[in-house]
Amino acid sequence: MSRILLLQGNQAVVEGAIAAGVKFYGGYPITPSTEIAEQLALRLPQVGGKFMQTEDEIAGLGTVIGASMAGKKAMTATSGPGFSLKQEMLGLACIAEIPCVIVNVQRVGPATGQPTSPAQGEVMQTRWGTHGDHWLITISPSSVPECFELTLRAVALSEKYRCPVILLMDEVIGHMREKIELPDNYDEIPQAERKMPTCAPEEYLAYGCEDGSKVPAMAPFGSGYRWHVTGLVHDETGFPKGTGAATKESQDRLRTKLTDNLDDIVQVENYRMEDAEFAVVAFGGAARTAYEAVDMARAEGLKVGFVRPITIWPFAEKQMQDLAGKVKGILVHELNCGQYVLEVERAVAGKVPVSLFAKYDNESATPAELLAEIKKAMA
Amino acid sequence: MSVMEDLIAKYFRPGRLPHIWCPGCGNGVITGAIVKAIDKQGLAKDDVAIISGIGCSSRSSGYLDFNTANTLHGRALPIATGVKMGNPKLNVIVCSGDGDCTAIGGNHLIHAARRNIDLTLVVYNNSIYGMTGGQYSPMTPKGSKATTAPYATIEPSFNLLALAQAAGATYVARGTTYHVPQLVDVIAKGIAHKGFSIIEVVSACPISFGRQNKMGGPAQMMMWQRDHGVLKAVWDRMDEEKKAEAIAAGKFPIGVLYENNDVQEYTAAYDEIIKRAQEGK
Amino acid sequence: MSLKIITKRCKGCGICAAFCPKKVLAVSEIGKVEAVAEENCIKCGQCEMRCPDYAILLDK
Repeated sequence: MSRILLLQGNQAVVEGAIAAGVKFYGGYPITPSTEIAEQLALRLPQVGGKFMQTEDEIAGLGTVIGASMAGKKAMTATSGPGFSLKQEMLGLACIAEIPCVIVNVQRVGPATGQPTSPAQGEVMQTRWGTHGDHWLITISPSSVPECFELTLRAVALSEKYRCPVILLMDEVIGHMREKIELPDNYDEIPQAERKMPTCAPEEYLAYGCEDGSKVPAMAPFGSGYRWHVTGLVHDETGFPKGTGAATKESQDRLRTKLTDNLDDIVQVENYRMEDAEFAVVAFGGAARTAYEAVDMARAEGLKVGFVRPITIWPFAEKQMQDLAGKVKGILVHELNCGQYVLEVERAVAGKVPVSLFAKYDNESATPAELLAEIKKAMA
Repeated sequence: MSVMEDLIAKYFRPGRLPHIWCPGCGNGVITGAIVKAIDKQGLAKDDVAIISGIGCSSRSSGYLDFNTANTLHGRALPIATGVKMGNPKLNVIVCSGDGDCTAIGGNHLIHAARRNIDLTLVVYNNSIYGMTGGQYSPMTPKGSKATTAPYATIEPSFNLLALAQAAGATYVARGTTYHVPQLVDVIAKGIAHKGFSIIEVVSACPISFGRQNKMGGPAQMMMWQRDHGVLKAVWDRMDEEKKAEAIAAGKFPIGVLYENNDVQEYTAAYDEIIKRAQEGK
Repeated sequence: MSLKIITKRCKGCGICAAFCPKKVLAVSEIGKVEAVAEENCIKCGQCEMRCPDYAILLDK
C-alpha cells in the first residue's frame, strides 16, 4: 500500500532517510536546508533514532561520524556556509572511510550570499572542498520523488563504499513541492548492510580488505572488534604509517575503490536523445528547465536531447565522451558562472563545441531563455 | 610481574611502546592513570571507547587496546558525542590537550558540558602547544614565554574548571602527574559519574614549555606540581585570606572539586524523547 | 630482582631517580636509568608510578 503526498524536496529527503534506516542526524540550522533538520527531529525518535542540534556545523558532521563509528546509519544536512565548515570533517570521513551522508541544499554564495535563492555554486567545492587529494561520491536529484530515491541511494553507496556521499541539492529542489508516492510501510525497502568482518576479532585488520575487495569491513565500536580510527595516513592495520609507499598505497586504494566501480556508481539520464543532434547537459534544479526547453525545441522540429548527470562525482567521463561522438554540439546549463562545464569540456576535448548557459542571478532560467540559448549554440 | 606491567599487557596494544613522547613528558603518566582507572572500574575493553583530538596528548588513543579514534584538532568531543549517542553502552573517554580542548575545541567543550552527556574528558594540561613546538595556549599562564610570545604572554589563561562547571559539567576534578594515586582516583570517579565529567590534569612539557620558562628539567617540573597542588581537603580548611595567598603563589586545589548527581544525563533524556515520540505524545 | 628496567623504553628523564627516597636509581652517562644501590630499595613504587615511559617496573 502506498500514499500520495505533496511534499517539499527537503521533506522527501527526510522520508528517504527514515526509509534507508538512518538512525542518527546531527546538524545545525541553515537556510535552505533547515526543514530537513526540523522534520528529522520529529521523525527520528519515532523510529528509535536520534536527532541532535549541535553547537555548530563542524560538530554536526562530527557527531555523524561518531555515530557511524558506533554502527549507526547517520547523516547531516546543510547549505553553503555550513558546507564550507564541514570540509574538515569531510576529509576525516574520506581518509578514515566512515560512511556518512551530507545533504547540501545549495544557495547563492560565497559567504552569506543570498540564503533563500537557488544556485549551484558548490559543484567544485563538493569535489575539492577539503584539503588534499580525496575521493567521494556526489549525487544530485532534480525532483521531489528523486529526493526520496537518491537519499536511499546515498545511504546505500556510502555504506557500500565506505565514503561520504553528498546529496547535492539546490534551493529549487529543496523547497519545491511535488506529488510523491511513498510506501505506507518502509519495512520492505531493502536496507544497505555495512560489510562486517568475518574473521576473529584478534585477526581483524581494520583496513585489510579480507575479501580481496578494496572496501574494508567495518566493525562498529562496541562489537568486540577493537580498532583504531585516525585521520593520519595509515596502513591496513589502521595505525599511522609515515612512509611514502604507505601514502601512495592509501591514496590508490581510496581512489580506485570508486573508480573501479564507475558502472555501479555513475548514473546519467538521457531524455529524447535517440536521434538528437544537439544535447543540453544540466542537473538538479537546472534540469527542470532543460526538460521543458528540450520539449519546446522538439516541437519546433529541432533534434535536441537532454543528458542529465545524476551522479556528479565521480564525473561521468565515459558518458560525456560518448556524447561527444553522438551529437554536433553540447550546451551546459548550470546555476553558477560555469563549473560543471569545465569537466565536460575536458572530457569532450574539442571533439564538438561545448557552450555554456550560466545563470547566476538568484533565479532559475525559464525554458524560453534556455531554448534561445540552445538555438544560439546550434546556429 | 609488576602492576604496571600487568596493565600494559592487558590494556596496551602490543608492540606500540616506546611511545612518541619526549623525555619527562607527563602524557605517559596520564595515559597510565587512565588505564589504572579503567582497571579500577573493572570495565571490559570492548565497552570502552577512547576518543582524542590532535596534539601530543591525543596520540594516547593509539597505544590503548580499546575502541579508539585519533580524530581532528579540537574535534574529539563532537565525535565522542556521536559515539555515545550511537551506542550509549560504551564508556567514552576523551583525551584532549589544553590547546585542543580550550582553544580550537572550546565551543565543543562548553556545549558537551551543557548537555551533560556521559563523557569523561581528561584534559592533559601542559600549558603549551607541544607538538608544534611551544606556542602559547589559552591555558598558558599569563606572563609565560612561548615561541609565539617571545616577550611573554599578555593573555590571561582560562580557569578551565570554573568554565566547565558554569557551562554545566556535573563532575569537575583536577589532578597532577605527581599525585598519581589521587589522579587515578579522580579519573575512576569521573568514569563512574553519569554525566559530563572533566578532569584537568596539570602536566609538564619540559621541552617546549619548561625550557622557555626556565622551569628546570622533568623532575623539577614534577616537584613544582608537588609543591603547588594542594589536596582539596587541605584547601577547604584554608580561610579566604590563606586561599588568596595560595592562589597568588600559583597553588591550586586537586581532587573532586564539584559533583552533582541530580542532573539528568543527555542520552538518558533522549531515551525519554524516543519513548514520547513512539507513544505519540 | 625486584626492580626491572626496560632500557629500550627509558628516555632518561630522571624523574624516578629524583623521587627515589633511597637514592637507588641514577641516570647513566648514556642517558638511561640504572639501579646503582638496589639493596637500598624499599619497594615504595614511586619510580614505577611516575615513570612517564613505563620503563621502570617494580615486581609485586
